[in-house]
Amino acid sequence: MFAPLLADAGWRVVAWDHRGCGDSAHAALYSWSADVRDALAVLDTVADRPIPFIGHSKGGGLMLQLAESCPHRISKLVLIDGLPSPLAHPDIADHERTRLLAREISGWLDHRRRVAGNERKPDTLDGLAARRRRMNPRLSMEWLRYLVTVGGRHDADGWRWKIDPAMRPGGFGPWRPSWALERLPGLATPMLGLMGTQPEPMGWGATPEMIEPYLPTGARVVPFADTGHFIHIEQPERVAELTLEFLA
Amino acid sequence: MTIDLVHGRITLGLHELRAGPDGTPLLLLHGLGERTPAGVPDAVSTWGGPVYGLDFTGHGDSTVPAGGGYYAEVLMGDVDAALAHLGPAALYGRGLGAYVALLVTGARADVVRGTILGDGPGLAGGGTTPGSPFIVLPAPAKVVPPDPFALVELASDVRPPDYATAFARQATQASELAEPLAVVARGRPDWLAAVTAEPGVRTCTLDQALALYS
Repeated sequence: MFAPLLADAGWRVVAWDHRGCGDSAHAALYSWSADVRDALAVLDTVADRPIPFIGHSKGGGLMLQLAESCPHRISKLVLIDGLPSPLAHPDIADHERTRLLAREISGWLDHRRRVAGNERKPDTLDGLAARRRRMNPRLSMEWLRYLVTVGGRHDADGWRWKIDPAMRPGGFGPWRPSWALERLPGLATPMLGLMGTQPEPMGWGATPEMIEPYLPTGARVVPFADTGHFIHIEQPERVAELTLEFLA
Repeated sequence: MTIDLVHGRITLGLHELRAGPDGTPLLLLHGLGERTPAGVPDAVSTWGGPVYGLDFTGHGDSTVPAGGGYYAEVLMGDVDAALAHLGPAALYGRGLGAYVALLVTGARADVVRGTILGDGPGLAGGGTTPGSPFIVLPAPAKVVPPDPFALVELASDVRPPDYATAFARQATQASELAEPLAVVARGRPDWLAAVTAEPGVRTCTLDQALALYS
């Protein structure tokens, strides 16, 4: 919905699946820094001059770190509900809470012991869409059904998500969300941040008021009233309009 | 003898350095960039039971995965795979192996029968907070262990003191041992200084620690 609007305006739009997701290979190891490095590998194959990046959610956080690591490679940055948050990030595996629960850690290790032979359970297309709706209550069944056709695959016994079952959301680790926020004022890349205002299970819970003290000079943050975490799916025309204006 | 262990998509090399006699096995965890030594090191020859060594992911005889993605908690999973095979065991970690040993001792306090934290490569990790972010792309040519991705990523792995002490407290609270952690390292990066100051953590020589857990 969103990317074709950018293409219609004359942009070449490139997207990639993170390791373990969609059509990218399942990996032995997954980490935040590996995802950032993969992004640089993609950039190296796409362009040798600085280009703009648009990142949603975790993708926004990754692109922010790419811009901080390689400011010479990124011309502009659009973050769709992807600004760092002073709160925990619920949809990132190895990157968040420092609160240590013995049960949480042993549960993670138990998952690691089982994971070698794990396979996702098959379901109908509608079944997968309905399960996903629990995480994304604001998205239409029509969109979620479309999501299944690209994020899932159809085997002889039914539909399965392509995402590697070895990846486990939640978890624990030494990371503090505030560390990314503390670097934000130093960002050299011109930035447009779009923020949803309706809380959602996959959202980060950050508000424009929380982010404002950390914004780099010249950065703009646009809150979207009555919109959840997937701003570009709920309001593709408005997001495209703001993005194209910013990139012009 | 080397035993192949499965941890997700990684095959780990677990080396039996000395079989029997009966008694608690001692599992050696090497430092960053190292591998399990070829034989029982002189320094631990007084151990009363069997002696094993585990090669971490990307090291020694273990799989070198494509494209990195290392962090200390994954290596804790490596050790957990070894504990699933060995059953209750004592741990002696050098450098990076000491930090990983601390994590797994907190996570599996019921099967770890004493953990010795020693000096070695990778003891400090990346410090207590992240530095400026950077991206290193090692040359994709022939990769032999130790994996260059492991060297880069595990040398910049952040180790906040309060994160380390949370594992130490879990160990001391859940272990049957009065003192499940013994610090023999002379180096004291912030995480280890904080752990050393915790109640129930002993500071002693390696010989004393081996006698304590034998």
